[in-house]
Amino acid sequence: MKRFDPNRLLPVIGVGALIAVWYLAAWYQIIDPVLLPSPTQSFRAMWTGMAGGELGFDFLKTVERTTLSILIAAAIAIPLGIFLGSSEKLYRSVEFVIDFFRSTPASALFPLFLVVFGVGDATKVAVAAFGAGLVILFNVAYGVMNARKTRLLAAKVMGASPLRILTDVMLLESLPQTFVGLRNGVSLALVIIIVAEMFIGSTDGLGHRVFEAQQLFAMPDMYAAIFAAGALGYGLNLLFLTIERRFVHWAGK
Amino acid sequence: MKEDNSVPSSEPTVIARYGRAQSGSRVHVTIRGLSKRFDTSQIYDGFDLDIPSGRLLSIFGPNGCGKSTLMNMIAGLIPADAGEILFNNKPLRAIKFGYVFQNYREALFPWLRSLDNIEYPLKLMNLGKAERRARVENLIARLGVAIDLYRYPYELSGGQQQLISIMRALVVEPEILFLDEPFSALDYEMTLFMRDQLQRIFIETRTTTVLVSHDLEEAVYLADHILLLSRKPAQIADYVGFEARRPRSNTTLSEPDFVNVKAHCLDVFQRQVRNQ
Repeated sequence: MKRFDPNRLLPVIGVGALIAVWYLAAWYQIIDPVLLPSPTQSFRAMWTGMAGGELGFDFLKTVERTTLSILIAAAIAIPLGIFLGSSEKLYRSVEFVIDFFRSTPASALFPLFLVVFGVGDATKVAVAAFGAGLVILFNVAYGVMNARKTRLLAAKVMGASPLRILTDVMLLESLPQTFVGLRNGVSLALVIIIVAEMFIGSTDGLGHRVFEAQQLFAMPDMYAAIFAAGALGYGLNLLFLTIERRFVHWAGK
Repeated sequence: MKEDNSVPSSEPTVIARYGRAQSGSRVHVTIRGLSKRFDTSQIYDGFDLDIPSGRLLSIFGPNGCGKSTLMNMIAGLIPADAGEILFNNKPLRAIKFGYVFQNYREALFPWLRSLDNIEYPLKLMNLGKAERRARVENLIARLGVAIDLYRYPYELSGGQQQLISIMRALVVEPEILFLDEPFSALDYEMTLFMRDQLQRIFIETRTTTVLVSHDLEEAVYLADHILLLSRKPAQIADYVGFEARRPRSNTTLSEPDFVNVKAHCLDVFQRQVRNQ
């Protein structure tokens, strides 16, 4: 049997320390107990909320919106990024537009999208897809443009046609960078979805839950919803990292 | 500008202005009137060379004189400004050739297993799976390679990766094999090992081979002919034959023939370096 490596417990220390500090703060009432309930209360709220409560439903709504927006973003941005990246001149000609909108806070676009898509899920998903799409787009394009010249030359010397070079070499060369784009894109999409759920006529979703709990001063519920959102963000990142390690086993080697 | 042979040479070697090789070997590649300019510097200006068939040719010369440029023009990686290069009277596109890059890490495909890397050029030739596998097995048997080809290139040592590169170049049964400083990214121990691997491969296949090297010992040890280039615009400074019997080994390195040829090449090389 493999001996257990004590170093694997290191990440637990931070979590333990945070909860300990929280307990002490709640115990000695350093912070107003109305604002900071004890960890037990918060975790109980999370447990009952997730197990059949409203929080679970809101969690799934946010997962659904984020997934939908990232799928739309990827379906448009990956092919477009490959197309734009395959010619450096082409990419340079649209680079400013991409960088400009990439730098524009997506939240500033809500009013515009509201006019176009109306008050509903479509706007939330569309803004998130837009923001995430630009991140994916520029990563894919750079992945294609930065394909190792030697590798392309090697394929050419072996007699590969330009189309084969694209499908056999460039696409795979850009894969590690594409995954970087997907991971950043999904983080951004989640941020946008949560914000949209808070302020844009929502009746469900984690953003709505956080906001509503705060309005009702139901602090344990609010912390529960915040932790659920955190867990979702962390989980999505972990999911993409796992897929990436499986799929792009050669990255960084 | 054309002072290449103006320095009197007393050494008893085969010197040929146009690189006419020694007797007994047919000409494989004829190069006539080759010219190349990069920006303001003329690298080649009306360069002529004959490359003998079934021999190993090393190209050696001062830094930046265009050793690799010459080979890359022959292999079609860089277009020449003017001139003609024919392989047994055929143009490059009509022949099969293999090319091995210095940077094996960037030349192999890391997403493919080593075996699939070697098979890739056969795939480009639209050969079926069974045929591809048979060809690779045949090559492995001939070269006596003992590497786990189901591993990915990044799981192998540098020397093994370069060996995979060489096999990928050889699997199409090329008429001519080009190697661009193939061992310069390896440590000394591995370089020595790989030299002998390459020599074994050469003895086994007798494929016309062109090797660019920056290591004179390696250039002479492996070669039947050593092409010494002058500073740019590059001319043939000397075209030296080295006929020691193969397989050569460490003892070859101390034989008078090797020592003399290497000393002569070094002399020519240093005259070229000082000439400027």
